[in-house]
Amino acid sequence: MAAPFDMDFGTPAVPGADTVTLEVDGIKVTVPAGTSVMRASSLAGVRVPKLCATDTLEPFGSCRLCLVEIEGRKGTPASCTTPVEPGMKVATQTDRLARLRRGVMELYISDHPLDCLTCAANGDCELQDMAGAVGLREVRYGFEGENHLKASIDESNPYFTFDPSKCIVCSRCVRACEEQQGTFALTIDGRGFASHVSAGMNEDFLASECVSCGACVKACPTATLMEKSVIQMGQPERQVLTTCAYCGVGCAFVAELQGDKVVRMTPHKDGKANHGHSCVKGRFAWGYATHKDRITSPMIRASIQDPWREVSWDEAIAHTASEFRRIQSKYGKSAIGGITSSRCTNEETFLVQKMIRAAFGNNNVDTCARVCHSPTGYGLKTTFGTSAGTQNFDSVQNADVILVIGANPTDAHPVFASQMKRRLREGARLIVIDPRRIDLVRMPHVEAQHHLQLLPGTNVAIINAISHVIAAEGLTDQAFINERCDAAEFARWREFILRPENAPEAVAATTGVPAEEIRAAARLYATGGNAAIYYGLGVTEHSQGTTMVMGMANLAMATGNLGRPGVGVNPLRGQNNVQGACDMGSFPHEFSGYRHVSDGATRALFEAAWGVPLDAEPGLRIPNMFDAALEGSYMGIYVQGEDIVQSDPNTHHVTAALSAMECVVVQDLFLNETASYAHVFLPGASFLEKDGTFTNAERRISRVRRATRPLAGMADWEVTMALSTALGYPMHYAHPSEIMDEIARLTPTFTGVSYDLLDREGSVQWPCNDAAPEGTPVMHIGGFARGKGRFMITEYVPTHERTGPRFPLILTTGRILTQYNVGAQSRRTQNNVWHAEDVLEIHPFDAENRGIRDGDKVSVMSRTGETVLSAQVSERMQPGVVYTTFHHPESAANVITTEYSDWATNCPEYKVTAVEVRPSNAWSQWQAEAEEFRKKSHTIAPAAE
Amino acid sequence: MLQDKDRIFTNLYGFDDWGLDGARRRGDWDNTKALLEKGRDWIVDEVKASGLRGRGGAGFSTGLKWSFMPKVNDGRPHYLVVNADESEPGTCKDREILRNDPHKLVEGCLIAGFAMGAHAAYIYVRGEFIFERKRLQAAVDQAYAAGLLGDNACGSGWKFDVYVHHGAGAYICGEETALLESLEGKKGQPRLKPPFPANMGLYGCPTTVNNVESIAVAPTILRRGASWFMGFGRPNNSGTKIYCISGHVNTPCNVEESMSIPLRELIEKHAGGVRGGWDNLLAVIPGGASVPMIPKSICDTVLMDFDALKEVRSGLGTAAVIVMDKSTDLIRAIARLSAFYKHESCGQCTPCREGTGWMWRVMERLVTGDAEVSEIDMLLDVSTRIEGHTICALGDAAAWPVQGLIRHFRPVLEERILNHRVKRTGKIAAE
Repeated sequence: MAAPFDMDFGTPAVPGADTVTLEVDGIKVTVPAGTSVMRASSLAGVRVPKLCATDTLEPFGSCRLCLVEIEGRKGTPASCTTPVEPGMKVATQTDRLARLRRGVMELYISDHPLDCLTCAANGDCELQDMAGAVGLREVRYGFEGENHLKASIDESNPYFTFDPSKCIVCSRCVRACEEQQGTFALTIDGRGFASHVSAGMNEDFLASECVSCGACVKACPTATLMEKSVIQMGQPERQVLTTCAYCGVGCAFVAELQGDKVVRMTPHKDGKANHGHSCVKGRFAWGYATHKDRITSPMIRASIQDPWREVSWDEAIAHTASEFRRIQSKYGKSAIGGITSSRCTNEETFLVQKMIRAAFGNNNVDTCARVCHSPTGYGLKTTFGTSAGTQNFDSVQNADVILVIGANPTDAHPVFASQMKRRLREGARLIVIDPRRIDLVRMPHVEAQHHLQLLPGTNVAIINAISHVIAAEGLTDQAFINERCDAAEFARWREFILRPENAPEAVAATTGVPAEEIRAAARLYATGGNAAIYYGLGVTEHSQGTTMVMGMANLAMATGNLGRPGVGVNPLRGQNNVQGACDMGSFPHEFSGYRHVSDGATRALFEAAWGVPLDAEPGLRIPNMFDAALEGSYMGIYVQGEDIVQSDPNTHHVTAALSAMECVVVQDLFLNETASYAHVFLPGASFLEKDGTFTNAERRISRVRRATRPLAGMADWEVTMALSTALGYPMHYAHPSEIMDEIARLTPTFTGVSYDLLDREGSVQWPCNDAAPEGTPVMHIGGFARGKGRFMITEYVPTHERTGPRFPLILTTGRILTQYNVGAQSRRTQNNVWHAEDVLEIHPFDAENRGIRDGDKVSVMSRTGETVLSAQVSERMQPGVVYTTFHHPESAANVITTEYSDWATNCPEYKVTAVEVRPSNAWSQWQAEAEEFRKKSHTIAPAAE
Repeated sequence: MLQDKDRIFTNLYGFDDWGLDGARRRGDWDNTKALLEKGRDWIVDEVKASGLRGRGGAGFSTGLKWSFMPKVNDGRPHYLVVNADESEPGTCKDREILRNDPHKLVEGCLIAGFAMGAHAAYIYVRGEFIFERKRLQAAVDQAYAAGLLGDNACGSGWKFDVYVHHGAGAYICGEETALLESLEGKKGQPRLKPPFPANMGLYGCPTTVNNVESIAVAPTILRRGASWFMGFGRPNNSGTKIYCISGHVNTPCNVEESMSIPLRELIEKHAGGVRGGWDNLLAVIPGGASVPMIPKSICDTVLMDFDALKEVRSGLGTAAVIVMDKSTDLIRAIARLSAFYKHESCGQCTPCREGTGWMWRVMERLVTGDAEVSEIDMLLDVSTRIEGHTICALGDAAAWPVQGLIRHFRPVLEERILNHRVKRTGKIAAE
């Protein structure tokens, strides 16, 4: 089936204003200079036969099907590799060409199984199409010659198969792995007729370095690399363009379906965040949407000791409303609140906070950004004036120096990482600041110039030292500072940063990074051309998270690296819509567009629109909600699409707080860890089941489109409407587009956004308003959103969490490629093949000291708790630092994390916990109890006959 | 016949010292500084004027090729790359230069490199040439020790380094762009052109790739003058050339001779004649395995140069003369070459990857005659679909021997098929 979303022009578009006019088969066409004859032909509406060319890859010129004749030229040049020239006259169909093409096809088919009718690619096979296009009618060579038909099939990857007998050695998979993904896992092994695609060192795909991004599968023109889902189900019959619900990259995908069943998800070539690329999660790990664990009926229970009872939507909604009203009448208006979800759509998030402010009548709304990027919002707002990253993803193509701090893009933001790696292969230089030797430090064709392997918790000391070097050595961009920044603040900052305690030599001992290395990195950042900062939770999840964000903002301002492509300060945000959740007014102190609730004018605007008085006092943050619950003043909570028990720090404290509440309402796809403590469960709808928008890490608003019916009958926004109505504050929206219209009316940075615009443009980056009707890819061009850039004093104040004799190691946490966040989605897919459990990475030195071997069970104990998991002895770590992920509830990393948090935003300090590690042979007591409780609490009573 | 005084390679047979002392006695490295002082343009013009055409097989004007290198350095280094990946079946001339006269090549590198603004030359030596590589490296080391190479090569003030790189034994790496890929550490597969190496060659920098012999003759040309070199051979085919004569001759040999020497004279004067006399000659492959063979009737009169052999639809190639007398099974001989090209195809282009295999299989059946007469045309047809339709010339090289066989010896092929049929039907009748 020709995919209507993905017309293939054969070779990539060439940027540039100069044009060339030529004639293809008598049709005049004008194209950018440097365009290939093949692409020009496609643009003229002439399809030249091709197999090895596709417009996501550089031309290769090997299949020799796309030969054309050019007037005045000898021979038959390949159209994919021949650039256009003015006045060129191209013939794509002549008798000579027909003969040549048929000859090539004849050779292909003489070495290809003739099982078209039963082949999985039947109907979606370029080889088949080309055989038809060139009019192949016979294969004179016979089929008895030497061939590859008996090659065995590699089914090791859980999502796709590799059948070498169908391979035509076009190298598209190899090139996709190199050019698009940048993993270099594939190669053509052997020579001539023995040439064959080989994963790794002739291993199977699963054993090789393959990261299962699916680029090769998408690039394959035959059934050689084929999704297992297509093999099982057959070709899809309809397509829905939507946005991935995994990480903050926000890849555009085409959901391909048979009726109501998803057959496959393919990345959309015109997606402005992903340009046709994908990772293993978005591309393949969507099976959770129909996993047997999905709860499709609302459920209630009187106590968390009882089994769940399935009820109707009406009963569940009415019960919830009456419980909330009862609690409010007993404990006061502020005794309930809610948490919006960074995985739900903008529209749904907006509705939840609207319900809380308008129907609950308080500002007790918070979101999971509290525990990830709240310091980003506060830090960048204070310094630049906007609570978001400064650039679009494509900006990295103009970067000359890339500074990655506390982020692991190849695992956590793989599609953007591929773009970054491409730029690094083109020659941009890389500085990595991370306690762990992440893949980017050294991987195929990428190597960091400097890896500042600091001790967790010393970010601010490092960033200050870098700024110190730049200020002391006269490397600041004084013209930029004079024109764009507040002079008095700069002078104050300059005095501060030049203090001797900020010199690299002074911080070397604290950070564990040699002074010379810091100096060299600082010089490279300041003098290497366009320098761009990309950072992740390794920056924010510290007790100095906000200080660090401001420190990076200072650095970028001091060197003039803002306000144009290729530079900037860029948070890599974790969840698909964490940016959107923040934009939509999910914080207790802010309405949508980051306007404070105490601001009378803004409140008046919302009061007029919503028809109710609104509270001028900020509500409770998530940690405050827990504290208030234990104090007895906060008794009901509505949690949409977030698993606070697994994801928030110090699990003991969280569960104690939830146990103290009288009505916990959880809305989710699955009975998650939080649901163990819930009284009402409202089934959620997956991203495939609803309309809406997600906003990614580059402020890009993309459409989510309903591909299948909601399994539980209602999309999340409809549930919130029903609950609000039951609470006596009726909501009436016929479609999420009407919610977006309301957002646009009430939010200055969104006034231009509408579903019409999104349908037209594909996606748009806020601010999108009269000043920027088509959105804003790069912010702060010409001037900062707040006016003058503001340098902030960023004194390094160490965390209170200290190592000592009892807890000598520092635990830091992170992510892995194949799992996502708390794993609710990705654990319910075959991604578990790669990561079935969380492990503790430990340096061989520390391991040997403790008698720990690779694979041993170890107990990790901190001041707050203890958990047991498997050890992985790894030189990625430095001695004294251990590392784990928190994707699996069984390992419960957050049982050991502390409640220390960022001084400004309460973002928890997940990245620094003092621990001791010992060999162990049984689960911790907490794990054993939690497992038993989980089983009991997830019991659903059999339906009454 | 070329007189000894006009030989460039005076130690081709290794009777004298290969080392620096011997080379100096033979006139190499004689005031090289003075040659360099005449300037870039003079060197390029002189080589152009000499009419030297590339000795690697394609016969492109060497001086012209040098002149394609950018005159002004745009910040990227320039490179000279010497193709010593001599692998064409029948060819062994560069091997002898590397063994016995390596300083000619090393000095040539300096002069050619200087003429194209390069400070470094890479010599890519065939993987199987282990002894030759050691010898060449020894010569390079001698040159460094004597100050002929290095920061101030020959006292000229020009910094020049020579790196000897050892290949891994793939025929395709003799193709200049595959050679560059291999030199960069990648799999040896030809690149698309354009861009040409003079713009974007080794590591994306301006690069000229020359054959060993082309570079090794340059110093002598400059010393003795372009007109001296022009004095040999016909117009547009000037100079002397090392011929490699092998096969059914009485004394197979390498010999430096004038261009345009008649083939018969070459064989009879230097190789002791065809085994069993000239009339016992069946055919000759005049320029290495990849050029089409020519039958005796053409051999009687043809001259050994680029243009003359092109006129008879063959080529001078590397001037590796493979002589086949009447005892030769030509079909088997060409089938063996087909096997070679099937084995050495890089696998990038479909026509070559799949086509060389099919040609070889059909050739194997033609050896026994187990084929249809119509398959001869099919074979010719396949060969024309490969020829000229691939990224590099290996496809052409694979097609031409087969085409030469069919062009000149079609009756032999037909006879083989008919005989086989008779034998087969005879057998059936007997049973």
